[in-house]
Amino acid sequence: MLSDGDLQALWLTVRLAGIVTLILLLLGTPIAWWLARSKAWWKGPVGAVVALPLVLPPSVLGFYLLLAMGPNGPVGQLTQALGIGPLPFTFWGLVIASVFYSLPFMVQPLQTAFESIGERPLEVAATLRASPLDAFFTVAVPLARPGFLTACVLTFAHTVGEFGVVLMIGGNLPGVTRVASVQIYDHVEALEYMQAHRLAAVMLIFSFLVLLALYAGRTRSSQGGMA
Amino acid sequence: MTGIQARFRLAWPGFTLEVELELPARGVTALFGHSGSGKTTLLRCIAGLEQAPQGRLLVDGEVWQGDGHWVPTHQRPIGYVFQEASLFPHLSVMDNLRYGLRRIPVAQRQSLDPVIERLGIGHLLERKPNGLSGGERQRVGMARALAVRPRLLLMDEPLAALDLQRKQEILPYLERLHDELDIPVLYVTHSPDEVARLADHLVVMDGGKVIASGPLADTLARLDLPIRLGEDVGAVLEATVVVVDPHWHLARVDFAGGSLWTRDQGLAVGHRVRVRILARDVSLAREQPSASSIQNVLRGQVDAMADDEHPGLVLVRVQVGTSRFVARLTKRAAATLEVAVGQALWVQVKSVALLK
Repeated sequence: MLSDGDLQALWLTVRLAGIVTLILLLLGTPIAWWLARSKAWWKGPVGAVVALPLVLPPSVLGFYLLLAMGPNGPVGQLTQALGIGPLPFTFWGLVIASVFYSLPFMVQPLQTAFESIGERPLEVAATLRASPLDAFFTVAVPLARPGFLTACVLTFAHTVGEFGVVLMIGGNLPGVTRVASVQIYDHVEALEYMQAHRLAAVMLIFSFLVLLALYAGRTRSSQGGMA
Repeated sequence: MTGIQARFRLAWPGFTLEVELELPARGVTALFGHSGSGKTTLLRCIAGLEQAPQGRLLVDGEVWQGDGHWVPTHQRPIGYVFQEASLFPHLSVMDNLRYGLRRIPVAQRQSLDPVIERLGIGHLLERKPNGLSGGERQRVGMARALAVRPRLLLMDEPLAALDLQRKQEILPYLERLHDELDIPVLYVTHSPDEVARLADHLVVMDGGKVIASGPLADTLARLDLPIRLGEDVGAVLEATVVVVDPHWHLARVDFAGGSLWTRDQGLAVGHRVRVRILARDVSLAREQPSASSIQNVLRGQVDAMADDEHPGLVLVRVQVGTSRFVARLTKRAAATLEVAVGQALWVQVKSVALLK
């Protein structure tokens, strides 16, 4: 059915999306929490920057990241000074680029979820001796669970679907940066339509199942709110 | 030094809280006022949920705020009951109760059973808050606040969000708390009925300021306050059931300075009750009425007079023994009777409400 190259590309895609989702969960949660609760004037600009990848063509984002991570860019010089070497055309370069690319898909559902909880449950927790950090983990996170589910699924799926940023940053190295979307592109370029069909069908079914799980989960947890 | 000393100044657009208060270390203090009077904001300042920049708060001599010192809410030994019970929807009733209990020092922890029993929520423990009625939720909310063994209980209009029937369901629990708790309670309300039933001490707020503070009976009987209780102006007396007349289904209660007959409500002789007499149910007479349907007639002396809200009405305070009654008369009636301070009169009480 699928060739070794296809399987390799699929595995790489899953690994990339999994790592990016995990990193964004750790990175996006505090950003979303801050955006949901801050009253600072620069909340607006920060929110806009976070949302930029939503409207920016992936090639534009990829281009700037390529410049930054390249041998003459600030990030590139830092990684070289640390002995890591330049990041473009490596797996970890791809991870970093994808983190930027998928950032809004993690932050925005979380921010909405945190905002809908409101101040009250945290005040209640404080009157029951819970420190702010304690209240965050024992009240805010459980109440925002549907938001976390949505954010993780969207981030994972969106990373799986990226193409433009991958080409700019990762190129097309088998087992390193050749993810499923690039593999399909390669098949089509080589007029291997049958191969492209199989891999495309896998992606289609995967995407549908992900969204199905998301929407089914959403209707189940839609009755909630503070009692 | 015991009790609560509070001083807060808080300015928001369109609202300023400016409060300096001393409150007793025992009993229920009602913070009474209309919406927007600042009573909830004052409660939130005491809880540390609101930070008044130039505030000072001492509880039992301990500084919670002031001198550059700020104790955050979660380190204050308080219990807080919110207007909407605000139970955690992701936890069962039992886990709601345990939430605070787990976070207090082990040495202070006590069995939840007495609290559960006291509020009658034993049959709800496994349920999720969403399945409870408003009254049940509020009882769980109170139990949860008590479970942390607070040294100060703060209640923000716990009955306001409930309909009349649910209020009647909860009031007995509150009255029990009032009798059994040995910690001070601050109780925010805009209901004169709750004040009369539950409070020992009354703080009246208006426009972000405290306009009166004192023991309940004294403060309620003050005529100089713009409390605007409307139809609820009246007196509250502490009394004891002394005689029960099974034939007429009546009970006699004695208060400091006299006694009153009221409908028998099944209370045993010796029971302490709180009696509420509304000003509109009190009339005055110069001569002892001989044939009247009003059976409660007391001898008293006019002690103060003040205009009522309506220009045609006057409030007259009458001293009976050491207790005070308030009567609402038309100004014409007062003029006809030549009511004046110091004058001795007969006080007719048409209706007496036993509060518990």
